Amino acid sequence: MFELVFFSLLNGLVFGMLLFLLSSGLTLIFGMMGVLNFAHAGFYMLGAYFAFTLTGHIGFWPALVLAPPLVGVAGALVERHGLRRVHRFGHVAELIFTFGVAVLIEEIVQLVWGRVAKSYEVPALLDFPLFTLFETSFPAYKSFMLLISVGIFVFLFLVLTRTRAGLIIQASLTHPSMVGMLGHNVPRVFMVVFGIGSALAGLAGVIAGPVLGTFPGMAQVLGSIVFVVVVIGGLGSLAGAFVASLLIGVLQTFAVALNYSLKDAAAALGIGLAAQSAFADLWTVTIAQVAPILPYLLLVLILVVRPMGLFGTRET
Amino acid sequence: MALRHLLLVALALLMVALPAGAPPQAQETIKIGYIDPLSGPFAATGENGLYQFRMAAERINKAGGVLGKKLEIVGFDNKVSPQESLVQLKKVISEGIRFVFQGNSSGVAHAISDAVLKHNQRNPKDRILYLNYSAVDPALTNEKCQYWHFRFDANADMKMAALTDIIKQNKKLTKIYIIGQDYSFGKAVAEAAVKMLGQKRPDLKIVGNELHPIGKVKDFSPYVQKIIASGADAVITGNWGADMINLAKAANEAGLKVPFYTYYAASDGVTAAIGAAGVDRIRLVHESPAPNPKAPTDAAAYYTAYKKLYPKNDVNQPRILTGLEMLAQAINRAKTTDADKVAAALEGAEYTTLNGDRVVMRKADHQLQMPIYISVHTDKNIVFDYDNSGFGLVNESRVELDKATLPTSCKMERPGA
Repeated sequence: MFELVFFSLLNGLVFGMLLFLLSSGLTLIFGMMGVLNFAHAGFYMLGAYFAFTLTGHIGFWPALVLAPPLVGVAGALVERHGLRRVHRFGHVAELIFTFGVAVLIEEIVQLVWGRVAKSYEVPALLDFPLFTLFETSFPAYKSFMLLISVGIFVFLFLVLTRTRAGLIIQASLTHPSMVGMLGHNVPRVFMVVFGIGSALAGLAGVIAGPVLGTFPGMAQVLGSIVFVVVVIGGLGSLAGAFVASLLIGVLQTFAVALNYSLKDAAAALGIGLAAQSAFADLWTVTIAQVAPILPYLLLVLILVVRPMGLFGTRET
Repeated sequence: MALRHLLLVALALLMVALPAGAPPQAQETIKIGYIDPLSGPFAATGENGLYQFRMAAERINKAGGVLGKKLEIVGFDNKVSPQESLVQLKKVISEGIRFVFQGNSSGVAHAISDAVLKHNQRNPKDRILYLNYSAVDPALTNEKCQYWHFRFDANADMKMAALTDIIKQNKKLTKIYIIGQDYSFGKAVAEAAVKMLGQKRPDLKIVGNELHPIGKVKDFSPYVQKIIASGADAVITGNWGADMINLAKAANEAGLKVPFYTYYAASDGVTAAIGAAGVDRIRLVHESPAPNPKAPTDAAAYYTAYKKLYPKNDVNQPRILTGLEMLAQAINRAKTTDADKVAAALEGAEYTTLNGDRVVMRKADHQLQMPIYISVHTDKNIVFDYDNSGFGLVNESRVELDKATLPTSCKMERPGA
């Protein structure tokens, strides 16, 4: 049992921190521009594909350094030449625009790299089990993923709270016109934030590609869950995104491990539920089976109980 | 700011599906509809299927076509969704296509089968045939069988019978874990495994019987963790597409070294994902022999030609050629594309596959009867590898047609009867 709990916790952390890499960019962009960026998961996918191609030419490590900035530049270009023009037509137009970009990215990826999953592999240097406890080994690559995402979290936190640039970004979040009056180029700040957000998503793609698979559906698979993270954490809140990412990561991995159903819960309370009733299907469903919908259940609960999210300041 | 409205619009956008249109085609061809996933997590599987259909059609056209006309494959993207499939089926019908192939997901197969049956009852002058090349839920040729459905792949029970025979011989195995996708096929696999293992190896303990959502699991590590915790010494899975790739990856990472008995753990990215970690450990059951160590001359030529056209893909479903050629022969025999007459010509039809196997379309349930093969994932003696990975499948054993045949509970209503 200890083994199961320990490894579930580790896996939950790894997945949670990966979610954070994705949601941090999304929540920053939302906080600043009020844009729910549908294309965000698309940039994550671009990161994985860029890294896959670069790895073939120059190896994994240079690709790890080069791919995220490339994605960031792509993101900045989308902001500069697309989103900024659409901005004046209001939020619905922006929303539809980012949705269009998301579809476009998926189609472009399929055109360039094809529909078949790519064999983007863990680099040989990290392809060994870090440690083996009982009978399970924990891959070195996963600890590397954890390390990178924790590093990024610390870095983001320091930049936003301890540097001048961070101050301007924070100010632009809440008082864009005031920042503009003070002589800062607010549109450029927006572009940079959008670029950095995209680069973070790209980085998530670079490190997640070898583990979660590099295929054209990868954006779709993570896209919806990232929105859930951002809404639960509170739109625009970095701390909220962090807590919600870990919460959902751990929640999902643990839920899979639990084979308990409503029937078992009732039995523990001394209530016997009939096996032949019309609702038998409902109470024999185990937590493991509903694991993937738990985040969405949590989303609904949060929206009902605390619409601004865990750490948010404004209502969704 | 009306954020609530924004979220609503956002949700609405999420629901929007982009329909994949089919361009208008020139006349004087016999069109064959292909409804399968061409986007989403299972796109790789669907796309490789489409290529293999094009290749098969090309072969038939080169040999003179059907009734003097050429076959033309028209792809329709259903995103493995039953609802979307019904929309695409309407399109197929409105384009005047009378023969529909589908294979990925038995959930979709049930929806199409029902819709085709209804359509044919309501439009007796304008009937269509549903040719199933890969959806293997046994129900489709048993309790839910119907006259307009023909299956060219061995059903899950036939395959499980072959797999459990192998498991039966391996006396070292004591604990089995079953994991599958949560839909009709995954359930059928689990049910057949439990039943057949109970008969053949009552001493075996089934330590896990898990269903996970299809196409939605991002990371299989927690599931693999559970398998390890259960102490299982073998795993049975019917997973396919991205679900198989990710399960294999997670198992490799966690160092799960037990044998896997699978239905679809090869090609379309799976073989590359399994790699060296799965050598001599991953076994597959399928309807036609693996191309290694030695494929018959005809088959080898076909595989080589395919590889030349589609260097990134592999012929992993020879049943596609079987299905299309059997349909073409039936149309030729019937001398018409009228679905009633073609269906009658398909019933009881015999055919010799590219690999030299004799197969028969059983009249009672429209389930093709065929030998069944088991192969193993390896990098030794590989002539035709998968995913250009150097790894591939080598044949291990074969179950003859009469041994692979299972009884059916099908009682279908025949037209005019």
